[in-house]
Amino acid sequence: MSTTDITKGESKETTSSKELVSIFVMGKKYEVPKNLTIMKAMEYAGYKYIRGCGCRGGICGACGTVYRKPGDYHIYVGLACQTVVEDGMYLTQLPFFPANRATYNLEAIGSDPEEVYKKYPELFRCVACNACTKVCPMDISVMDYISAIKQGDFEKATELSFDCIQCGLCTVRCMGEMSQYHIAQMVRRVTGSKIKPKASHLKTMVDNIKTGRYTKAITDLKSMSEAQLRKVYPEREMEPTEAPEDWKPADTTYL
Amino acid sequence: MKISYYPGCTLKTKAKNMDHPGVAALKALGVELVELPRWNCCGAVFSLADDDLLHLLAPVRDLIRVVEQGDNKLVVACSMCYSTLARANLLMRENSEKRHTINTFMEEELDYNGEVEVVHLLSFLRDEIGWEKIRESIKVPLRGLKIAPYYGCTLLRPQSVAIEPPEKRTLFKDLIETIGATVVDFPASTDCCSSYQILSNPDVGIEAVSKILESAESWDAEAIVTSCPLCEYNLGKRQEDALKKHDKLKELPTFYFTQLLALALGLGTEVCKFELNHNGVIQLMESKKFLTAA
Repeated sequence: MSTTDITKGESKETTSSKELVSIFVMGKKYEVPKNLTIMKAMEYAGYKYIRGCGCRGGICGACGTVYRKPGDYHIYVGLACQTVVEDGMYLTQLPFFPANRATYNLEAIGSDPEEVYKKYPELFRCVACNACTKVCPMDISVMDYISAIKQGDFEKATELSFDCIQCGLCTVRCMGEMSQYHIAQMVRRVTGSKIKPKASHLKTMVDNIKTGRYTKAITDLKSMSEAQLRKVYPEREMEPTEAPEDWKPADTTYL
Repeated sequence: MKISYYPGCTLKTKAKNMDHPGVAALKALGVELVELPRWNCCGAVFSLADDDLLHLLAPVRDLIRVVEQGDNKLVVACSMCYSTLARANLLMRENSEKRHTINTFMEEELDYNGEVEVVHLLSFLRDEIGWEKIRESIKVPLRGLKIAPYYGCTLLRPQSVAIEPPEKRTLFKDLIETIGATVVDFPASTDCCSSYQILSNPDVGIEAVSKILESAESWDAEAIVTSCPLCEYNLGKRQEDALKKHDKLKELPTFYFTQLLALALGLGTEVCKFELNHNGVIQLMESKKFLTAA
């Protein structure tokens, strides 16, 4: 694989850049073009991803990476697919961490916080060291959502933890040895299914589909030739981008 | 008046019957207890190991949250949270070396030097509202109810954070008189309820509970009042175990002081949440006709 292939998709300066920086992957030094992400730099250096790489778009959480910078004692973290290499970066990827995950039947449990406390009693080992929040690549206040769970405030915990991509770095750093992200997922499931109000319009819609309200429309559409589809598609009525609240289409048959 | 309030985890879960009536009672007295928008567990117990700074992070972080609100006073209702927060606060004020270590470790937070004053709700009632004003606001005086004030450990120990001098304690007594009830000062008022021993060593725990109940009953108390969810658990919810072991003991309803205050202020059962107390509590209130009056 040539250098240009690997850097495809990077910014223009990157592809034209001949400037190299030194990075250390698991202690071994590599010269890589600057402005590459850690993931592409590792591929440039010859690593081939089988696991520890998912969406390459910063959302799946598979490529959590821990690194240090020269002359700085802090631990830094980032997603390998999103973080740009820096000269002297000393890194390793932590694609997986053996975290405790409870099994439960969501149908069978209620909304009482005790349900979660029973499954994850280690929750109460939190000493508020805040290492989880400091390590989170998504800038989530992990300690605050753990506190909210301990306070029985599942809605707050759901809001606070919602951006979690489950990379597991919080769990790596936790001195209480809990797996925050699995606990938060259980809390979000309980909140979504037991605490938040049910969406009544969704039930109406599902009932409408089941009773065949849209069957004819969809069957008609499916029976059309390509030429017909090409004609009706651009002719369809669309909601204007800045439509008022009370906007309605001309044909209201299916509203 | 608005004041920063730290409820603590237990008051938000197992002891809502302490939190809700407290907040409602203060509202009725013209004070808004404003729960800190961000807070974590206080740590529950103050670590006595001299070099254990790790367990100070939690309470100190809570005190920093008060400063972040631009406030310098924090009201706490739970005895254990009060003690843990007040002791951590004292250490941050007095021990410059440990203060430096803790502030350096929590580099993401503001430096904290003990600027906040940690106040127990009982002291707040006396000092910031005043018994006279409370007395004027009473709608259902708890006349004829003989209440034994149970301080337990953490309101009076250690002396450095005691809410009042142990030998000249009057806060509970004054509150009980203010709400129109009768004080039963009993010798076990400051004995330990066995705290967490109830879990690791239940026999010892139940014996400690039994002695406190026996003492209160021998002085003709009809109820016990406390400000600690762990004391309430041991004396109230675990009372059944004590009654099984000792024939001479009889049921003795245990309340939080916030419940009795709210009831006397006419706030009724919905606020007081007596259903979350142990058996016997509602029956006692009914027999005294305090519920119908409210």
